[in-house]
Amino acid sequence: MSTPLAVIGQRLPKIDAWSKVTGTARYADDLPLAGALCGRLLRSPHAHARILGIDTTAAASLPGVAAVITGRDLPIPYGILPISQDEHGLAPDKARFVGDPVAAVAASDDATAERALALIRVDYEPLPAYLTVEGTLGDVAEPIHALRRPGNIHKAVALAFGDVSAGLAAADLVQSDHFFYAGNTHAALELHAVVAVSDPAGHLTLWSSTQTPHYVQRALARALDLPASRIRVVAPALGGGFGGKTETLPHEVAAAKLALITGRPVKIRLTREEVFYSHRGRHPMHIALTTGVKRDGTITAMHLSTVLDGGAYASYGVASMYYSGALQTVTYRVPAYRFDGARVYTNKPPCGPKRGHGTPQPRFALEVQLDKIAETLAMDPAELRLRNLVNEHSVTVNHLRITSCGLRGCIERVVEASGFSNKHRRLPAGRGVGLACSSYLCGAGLPIYWNGLPHSTVHVHADRTGTVIVQCGATDIGQGSDSMLAYVTAEVLGLDPADVRLVTADTALAAVDLGSYSSRVTFMAGNAAMQAAERLRDLVLGAVAATTGLDHAHLALRGGRVVRTDHAGDVMPWAEAVAVTEARGTPASASGTYAPPPLAGPYKGAGVGPSPAYSYSACVVEVDVDDETGQVRPAEVWLAHDGGRALNPTLFEGQIEGGVYMGLGEALMEEQRFRGALHTGPSLLDYKTPMSVDMPVIHPIIVERIDPEGPFGAKEVGQGPLLPVPPALANAVYDAVGVRIDEVPITPDKVLRALRQRARGGAPRFGPKGHPPITYPVVVSVDPPAGAPGT
Amino acid sequence: MPPQHGARRTITLAVNGRAVEVRVTASRTLLEVLREDLGLTGTKYGCDLGECGACTVLVDDEPRLACLQLAVEADGHRLTTVEGLAVDGTPHPLQAAFVALGAAQCGFCTSGMLMTAKALLDAVPDPSHEAVCEALAGNLCRCTGYVKIIEAVRLAAADARVPGRPEPAEVAR
Repeated sequence: MSTPLAVIGQRLPKIDAWSKVTGTARYADDLPLAGALCGRLLRSPHAHARILGIDTTAAASLPGVAAVITGRDLPIPYGILPISQDEHGLAPDKARFVGDPVAAVAASDDATAERALALIRVDYEPLPAYLTVEGTLGDVAEPIHALRRPGNIHKAVALAFGDVSAGLAAADLVQSDHFFYAGNTHAALELHAVVAVSDPAGHLTLWSSTQTPHYVQRALARALDLPASRIRVVAPALGGGFGGKTETLPHEVAAAKLALITGRPVKIRLTREEVFYSHRGRHPMHIALTTGVKRDGTITAMHLSTVLDGGAYASYGVASMYYSGALQTVTYRVPAYRFDGARVYTNKPPCGPKRGHGTPQPRFALEVQLDKIAETLAMDPAELRLRNLVNEHSVTVNHLRITSCGLRGCIERVVEASGFSNKHRRLPAGRGVGLACSSYLCGAGLPIYWNGLPHSTVHVHADRTGTVIVQCGATDIGQGSDSMLAYVTAEVLGLDPADVRLVTADTALAAVDLGSYSSRVTFMAGNAAMQAAERLRDLVLGAVAATTGLDHAHLALRGGRVVRTDHAGDVMPWAEAVAVTEARGTPASASGTYAPPPLAGPYKGAGVGPSPAYSYSACVVEVDVDDETGQVRPAEVWLAHDGGRALNPTLFEGQIEGGVYMGLGEALMEEQRFRGALHTGPSLLDYKTPMSVDMPVIHPIIVERIDPEGPFGAKEVGQGPLLPVPPALANAVYDAVGVRIDEVPITPDKVLRALRQRARGGAPRFGPKGHPPITYPVVVSVDPPAGAPGT
Repeated sequence: MPPQHGARRTITLAVNGRAVEVRVTASRTLLEVLREDLGLTGTKYGCDLGECGACTVLVDDEPRLACLQLAVEADGHRLTTVEGLAVDGTPHPLQAAFVALGAAQCGFCTSGMLMTAKALLDAVPDPSHEAVCEALAGNLCRCTGYVKIIEAVRLAAADARVPGRPEPAEVAR
């Protein structure tokens, strides 16, 4: 690209910023709906119970009630992953967690709907509830789901790449540890809301706070037994997602069914308590990790075992489980790697994807373990990591293709900016620094449901007025994906982003994009938009060349005009150029698509982990730890992130800062905690999240390792920066007070227990002592690809 | 069970400089009146329990959680919502600063943040970083880590055009 970039790389406002600061952005809950019915869900008070019968007579005859439905009305199961279709809009036969929806009503107003719920009589037969991983292994009297495996094991796998035993035998140091990472939840500020409208022509439309309209359309088609072409799903402005709105949830199915039955608009807005129970957040994870290293720090082999407490339904769980084992090798050269993973069902709210999907937990384990190894080897923790960096344009032992990698730059920048080398092990007691690194996907290499179709399609249309319309199914959840589409299109067409109008997140009016998850939108929709805009540019310039007799090769679009590049010369304004195109009988329209190259390795489970590119992060956290109260206060955080080219540095920094914030929340306080089957505090008061006064100074550092396949060289920044924060904080706590907290969140009680244990002569550590007694399947050995580390 | 169709009474509110009359039941919250009766949906419903701050509005220039306030309590009072933040079409410096610095990501906390920040700047023209953090402590944000929000409030404070701002001498008394 010889011409300088005019839009890309500029600190521009988000294109929807004004709508958000003036209160005019419409979220699902804000849509004006005359005559809409109010929908509510009846939820099970039992963790596990057979539904013997439901009497809805009294509720249905209450004045103002338009419809009452139960699981009998929604008999077809669905689920986000084709291999685990284990959900219903309303539970037909069994309730599987406290909060599992069993019936729904639509009424004239909220109060009537609530009274109707109270009139529904459900005859439950309580069943044994399985609330812990340990309690759900082995023989169980009443499996939560009918499974082919013993107990409540949803999915289990054992994979070996290369000779792990030989690698560990060749190591000078073999470090083994157990870790636990508690579950936590997204708590997006916007409550899930949906409005469903069924029109007499047989079209169903949902406006829903979802990150994935396309997947909601698919699941509704299945659950409601309707052609997908009759269903339109629109995501209005979204008040945050973080993974909590990436699959079809029961209230969406129920609202759709109620709208179909009543012929009237139905709106359901969940309460904050319901959102905590709907969950789909971070899996609690038990982790056993063994790593072998040579005296010089070189990793010889790694063996990771995970057990995920999945809650009551599958959700993305199989993917979450595979993700827990996928990305270690993308950060460091691992010549032999074994991964044992399992996800179990329990009678608790279902877990799913949250920012970092399945990878923050093993990342915590690996980065804390590397800190321990560095100490044993008397090596600087940064140096240990630098010695094990993956190579650019390489392939990992588990068949993952790596292209660009700026991790070296990330480490060097945070070490320098934080003064890590002068602080580590040298700060006064009670103050400490810790370092950690990570890597993340730029979109899943394979779609959720198997198909060979594009992952993203973008249409760009222009007309004689100069108007440019970009149509793409991508969903802006607050991260700025709409702005990204406008920037990319405007850059290619030589326009101002404000000249670009967007039609996004609408399954009827925009082309298919798989949605906002797996940090895929910039890379995939961005590439599709770039291709579409380039095709439109070539079409328009071709028409101008043919009409004017100028050489196409010497025409360009800049500053809203067609210009000559061979010598100074202005040819015509953009709008006129589009008119010239139209005059030749050609609509000024073009389309672009993106599908990742084939990346999956030759083994079962290889579909999770591949990505067209990986982002890299390094983080240093400095903390103060009070050894009398156990209180940990982060003082300063440096986070360097290689997200390829920063399309907008302001938004890039915003994602780093948000990732650091959420990482600190997970590291210090956030936890989905249950007493028995009940959430101990399903509210934003009891579920602690960091407030403004809790935040340390954050130094976001942009490292631009231009990716060969990303749009303008961009990768991702939405999820990666969260990952190194919890382990960097744990390592800082150790540096400050000399105790290892091998469990997240690192709450004061855990720090105090470790300090007291050490004072009594015990191990200076708090964390799990073992791994759940699970039997993993027989290990499947997979030959590493040629050129992988160790081959 | 909440009262369903209790007696209604008429209240008068001065919302964003305009007097409006609304008929409400005693149990109706100010948030419901603003969003559902007056169509002012810029004020957000985030928890209904006074935990998140997304529904913050100004009642007689004081920040209040509209979800915890009954509409009848606001009878006869002045209300300012995010829709009334711009004056005669000129954005408030806070709005301009939030836009310029990328302080609104998903935007769901933004209205509440803006209203809380306006009350702060009206009272303290040049607040310290700590004072801004303290003032915003009741407003949760899940996107930004608060960084750019705090920067934006301080940028707006540095903007001399904050309307209705008291003279520094007045504040320092």
